Amino acid sequence: MLMSNRARRPKAENQLVSLANAGIRRDGRWLVRGVDFSIRRGEVVTLIGPNGAGKSTTAKLAIGVLRPDEGSVARLAGLRVGYVPQKLAIDWTMPLSVRRLMRLTGPLADADLLAALESTGIPHLIDAEVRHLSGGEFQRALLARAIARKPDLMVLDEPVQGVDFAGESALYDLIRSIRKTTGCGILMISHDLHMVMAGTDTVICLNGHVCCRGTPEVVSQSADYLKLFGNSRSLAVYNHHHDHTHLPDGRVMHGDGSVTDHCHPDDGHHDHDVHDHAHDHDHPHHHHHGDHAEAKGEGRA
Amino acid sequence: MLDDFFTRALIAGIGVALTAGPLGCFVVWRRMAYFGDTMAHSALLGVALSLFFQINLLIAVFGVAVVVSLLLLALQRRQSLSADALLGILSHSALAIGLVLVAFMTWVRIDLIAFLFGDILAVTRTDIALIWGGGVLVIAALVRLWRPLIASTVSEDVAEAEGMKPAQTKLLFMLLMALVIAIAMKIVGIMLITALLIIPAATARRFSASPELMAVLASLIGALAVIGGLFGSLSYDTPSGPSIVVAALLLFILSLLPAAGKNTAVRAGNQGVR
Repeated sequence: MLMSNRARRPKAENQLVSLANAGIRRDGRWLVRGVDFSIRRGEVVTLIGPNGAGKSTTAKLAIGVLRPDEGSVARLAGLRVGYVPQKLAIDWTMPLSVRRLMRLTGPLADADLLAALESTGIPHLIDAEVRHLSGGEFQRALLARAIARKPDLMVLDEPVQGVDFAGESALYDLIRSIRKTTGCGILMISHDLHMVMAGTDTVICLNGHVCCRGTPEVVSQSADYLKLFGNSRSLAVYNHHHDHTHLPDGRVMHGDGSVTDHCHPDDGHHDHDVHDHAHDHDHPHHHHHGDHAEAKGEGRA
Repeated sequence: MLDDFFTRALIAGIGVALTAGPLGCFVVWRRMAYFGDTMAHSALLGVALSLFFQINLLIAVFGVAVVVSLLLLALQRRQSLSADALLGILSHSALAIGLVLVAFMTWVRIDLIAFLFGDILAVTRTDIALIWGGGVLVIAALVRLWRPLIASTVSEDVAEAEGMKPAQTKLLFMLLMALVIAIAMKIVGIMLITALLIIPAATARRFSASPELMAVLASLIGALAVIGGLFGSLSYDTPSGPSIVVAALLLFILSLLPAAGKNTAVRAGNQGVR
């Protein structure tokens, strides 16, 4: 817990965030370590890597949701962040309209609110209840919320999950145009390599540490990248074989939905059975992964 | 007017309900029902300590509730047991220790039932002052905390990333909850405080299009339940706490009737997960 890290200013003037040899450890295990990168105004940095590589953890380090156990993270004083998390579980008992969601962390003028919703293609859903939105509509609402904040830095953790194919490329176009018009920095996490590569300045390939980095052209040719992904087509296959996820709090979420403190191959949670993987993918990311009790009952049945 | 015990109970009960409404909404949204129960059960330990050390009942109950909730947060951070199991242990241990301590103190005679289930006869003018004073304090704090509380209820990560302090917000929220438990104890009783928090909020859900509206409606529905319950308690000579909870339950059941809500039954059944 190096609180002082929050106060350290980035060296270069135009750096919004910089991570220097940052690492985070949970239960004696490093989730990520030795992460080194910075984001400047107007720059798009994309994190890629297999599940459990520490992409979301790294993003959370960058914006201060998690604090580094090693190294340091520096943010521009008063940095305004717009964050689209990978998972967001809103209890359905909270009556929350899209309009209200847009004003979640700060006031917002009606015109800005509507403009942001129009840019992500859902102005008609302004008064819809959030719980009635589809997965893709919900992602669009979250993206609109982040945009409407007019942030210095947008952090987008798989922002187009659940969005249909045509919508996907439209949203990536939108993200690119926002960078151009507002000059904000963008930290993005994505699996859609083809889509992302086109609009990215720097790609950082993570697997617990930085494997390789550079422009999309350089990274896609590098040996480390090819070793991790082969080609982008096999990326999806790789995901299916990964049977556990390291949660940011250090626990491990297994393929059967249960959560344990450590990651042991013999604890009965690591199920390589194909059937189990199919089950996993019946649940899109934005649904209730936080509801451990329910998932546990299902997985052990 | 305040000379009449029933009027006093009514004024006190309405004060408690108005305060409990918005807080109860957060208990429901944050899935802290069991947590509230644990804090409430620990109130009996506060009662025992207040008798033993001859300190103010309200302060003792508030103090114990705060200590128990801090203990819970610390234990949860260690993650040796699930939050559920920890709550179960703390909740019933606190209640049991309280009961044992009270039994040890043979020199005091207390009406245990009154503490467990509420007692309208026991409401004094001082109680009314404490309930309304504390209530105003709680509501004022909630209004100030409103945006960060809603934001961190939706997502602590987003709140933290976008410049709020969810950990601090959570702590303040628990202090408010401890305060409400301390002031509500006399009216509804230790065992049933959580019901007064949750049932009006759940009833308000169907008629609410925004968190703010749900908070206000929960207060009003709670006040209605208190009025109904206390009149019932008076005419049937039943303990005040259970009568109020039964009245709240009746209102909840009424709200479930298809004609009652704006939303159709189909939409209500389509709650899904998100």
